[in-house]
Amino acid sequence: MVYSYYPGCTLKSKAVDLDMGARKAAEALGITMVEIPEWQCCGGVYPMAKDEVATKLSSVRALEYAKEQGQDLLTLCSACHHVLKRVNNDMANDAEIRDKVNRYMALEEPYAGETKVIHYLEMLRDVVGFDKIKEAVKNPLTDRKIGAFYGCLLLRPSKTMQFDNPENPSIIEDFITALGATPVKYPLRNECCGGYITMENKDLAKAKVANIVNSAKDAGCDALITACPLCMYNLTQNNDAADLPVYYFTELLCEALGIGKED
Amino acid sequence: MQRIGVFVCHCGTNIAATVDVKKVAETLLQEPGVVYATDYQYMCSEAGQNMIKDAIKAQNLTGVVICSCSPRMHEATFRKAVAAVGMNPYMLEVANIREQCSWIHKNIEEATEKAIILGRAAVAKVHLNAPLIAGQTPVTKRALVIGGGIAGIQCALDIADAGYQVDIVEKEPTVGGKMTKIDKTFPTLDCSSCILTPKMVDVAQNENIKIYSYSEVESVKGFVGNFTVGIKRKARYVKEDICTGCGLCTEKCPQKKVPNDYNLGLDTKRAIYIPFAQAVPKVATIDADYCTMLKTGKCGVCSKICTAGAIDYTQQDEHLEEQYGAIVVATGYNPIKLDAFDEFAYSQSPDVVTSLEFERLMSASGPNGGHLVRPSDHKEPKTIVFVQCVGSRSTVECGKPYCSKICCMYTCKHAMLCREKYPDTEVYVFYIDVRTPGKNYDEFYRRAVEEYDVHYIKGMVGKVCPEGDKLKVQASDLLTNEQLHIDADMVVLAAAIEADKSARPLATLLTASMDTNDFFTEAHAKLRPVESPTAGVFLAGCAQGPKDIPETVTQAGACASKVIGLLAKDHLVGNPCVAHSDEMMCNGCSTCANVCPYGAITYETKDFSRRKDGTLMRRVASVNPAVCQGCGCCTVACPSGAMDLYGFSTKQIMSEVDAICK
Repeated sequence: MVYSYYPGCTLKSKAVDLDMGARKAAEALGITMVEIPEWQCCGGVYPMAKDEVATKLSSVRALEYAKEQGQDLLTLCSACHHVLKRVNNDMANDAEIRDKVNRYMALEEPYAGETKVIHYLEMLRDVVGFDKIKEAVKNPLTDRKIGAFYGCLLLRPSKTMQFDNPENPSIIEDFITALGATPVKYPLRNECCGGYITMENKDLAKAKVANIVNSAKDAGCDALITACPLCMYNLTQNNDAADLPVYYFTELLCEALGIGKED
Repeated sequence: MQRIGVFVCHCGTNIAATVDVKKVAETLLQEPGVVYATDYQYMCSEAGQNMIKDAIKAQNLTGVVICSCSPRMHEATFRKAVAAVGMNPYMLEVANIREQCSWIHKNIEEATEKAIILGRAAVAKVHLNAPLIAGQTPVTKRALVIGGGIAGIQCALDIADAGYQVDIVEKEPTVGGKMTKIDKTFPTLDCSSCILTPKMVDVAQNENIKIYSYSEVESVKGFVGNFTVGIKRKARYVKEDICTGCGLCTEKCPQKKVPNDYNLGLDTKRAIYIPFAQAVPKVATIDADYCTMLKTGKCGVCSKICTAGAIDYTQQDEHLEEQYGAIVVATGYNPIKLDAFDEFAYSQSPDVVTSLEFERLMSASGPNGGHLVRPSDHKEPKTIVFVQCVGSRSTVECGKPYCSKICCMYTCKHAMLCREKYPDTEVYVFYIDVRTPGKNYDEFYRRAVEEYDVHYIKGMVGKVCPEGDKLKVQASDLLTNEQLHIDADMVVLAAAIEADKSARPLATLLTASMDTNDFFTEAHAKLRPVESPTAGVFLAGCAQGPKDIPETVTQAGACASKVIGLLAKDHLVGNPCVAHSDEMMCNGCSTCANVCPYGAITYETKDFSRRKDGTLMRRVASVNPAVCQGCGCCTVACPSGAMDLYGFSTKQIMSEVDAICK
């Protein structure tokens, strides 16, 4: 399977581990990720203004590129996935936005949301299959108690994202099981990590993270995994005690598949 | 040529203030066929009616046009008046110059012109009117009540009291419905069973009432006064007439792990069971899904132990047909399923319960004998959080758009009872609004807040997380604008209520209309609230919309009086303005039958053979005038123009339109 891959800015800077692990693991699993040439910013945050068009254009360029290749668009950063998927939904279902964008872009053939946007985790679940991953695991993470931290961007709004049950998700737990580790479900796994509030009110962000970390520790987690660079930032940088290791899910995937950092 | 009289009503100043009534009368007198025209202050008064009667006699009128209020208001009055002097009542037309003219216009000139046009249209129609005579059909003097909850019970008792036969069809093994599951009733806090079970006994003992328990309606044919209803009596594998209700079998049955529906699955029962001690009829029923004997052919304990010899493993569903004059729909409600409301962790923790489950937990006949303990560890809860409007007044797909109406009051009752029985328990109620319109209802709510110190907090619960043996409740207090975190031992969800699942298929059988929420629609929301638009079908209880016990009982009584009014008649006079099909034009395409909301149209194959053409059999539509309500859908839908409506023929309508457009 060949995908048009959209990494996004954070995966080239702060979240290199997320990106590298994903590429190596995909190779091992027989998935080809072709990075979109000259990709532009996804927009960063999905614009809530109903008539906002300009900040959606760069997302549409990526979506349109994948359409030209006849490939699905694979994403990894949860923020990029969120923006791309919602913009794509607008292009498919909102005639006014579709019309404005197409007139601006002046494409040969108008774009109407034809590209399928798929997150790396969805690809593992729906295309590779967790049972196949289980077979491919060389170093099962036996006896490791791992909690999933979902955050919000992948899950909500659930009607558009169609990722998992937003209140009681299970995809990352199923992923943990496939790696041979024991998933620990703790109550605050789909809470807000604090998001961008850390820029304005550091104490509030720290309080939110402390709740999450304590909830996870109380439930018996040895470590947390996440798919989101922003969650990673908050869970590590706003936890002064630094008492719970946090990994990107791709790091653990590589470890279980027996792929070293140097490979 | 008709001789038409026109009578223009002032309606006090209602019409006369905006319409020049004298000018209307004078102008309409110029219309062809109009031989008399006058105006009067109140045409509907006795003097006004006499004026019409005298004119008919003096002028030898053959048709009458009244320019007045809506025909919905006084058409019947005027028809009766003209009939009294020998004119066919369908030779009269009403031109609505009040609701559709004087009330909505300010300019006298414009309103007068419009009134003249409306009057002219009515005159044009009367030219084409023909005398119509309503048919008569006999009435079967027996009623069917579908659903044996408190609505059905009350309705049946009231009908039976008037001396008519009533059959109750109840799908459960016992009558009683939801009220049997309720512990106490608001706002008096009297015991639900104590007020319900005497009524259940009355129903069982009343010689005019027959109960078909564990039965379902499977077909409905016929029309008002003459329904033929197919009833399925489900096999209960126990002979109802022989079982004494001793209950020995229900103690000895070795299959103990059957979820007990009476306690909403909070405990278990045996595969042979009597739902509860006061069940009516008090006979055992075997749950075929769990009975070892029925599944594997090995067991037979109940049969061996039954001294009466009532067990019959070979019993089959029985199908019977009965005749009824009227049908009451009292199919009731159920709380919605909360599986989709994951934010409240209903499916994740046994200590998150619905209000109806909480009712069982509090009830003396419940799984713990009325001692309130948490389902998970059987410890007494010290902090209880009630969440109102779970799925009610909701815009999300899994919820309902309407207010479930009963939740504010029963939550208040639960909170108060908790504080009364277990004073060291902290009780929180989260609400959007507290709605207590009812006699002594708001006083009841005030008592909960002021005397029982229940913490009422305006705001919704955002999330419930099971953590350890606690339920972490996150909520917002909208009045103080604070985030709240409560460590609760139990969370009680006031789930929205919805129409019973059996209602939708039943509505199809009855051709009775429903709203988008599957509640039955009334014939008129204000003025005919207990009748369905389908003649002979009546509505009681939550089948029509959410309501509490007092309101249900009131409605059931009103429903009974309507049924009695129908059954008291020996014959029904139909509405002669019904559809009829021109068989020579009908091509049997079924379009009319598909659009008919009342199931009045059937097809028959008729012999149209003429000597020179040889044999010709054709399928043609036939309208049952007793069922047809004259809505006219079929006349519009018919592609060949074969359908027409007496009293509202296409020609009549077109002549009205021509008169208006002239």
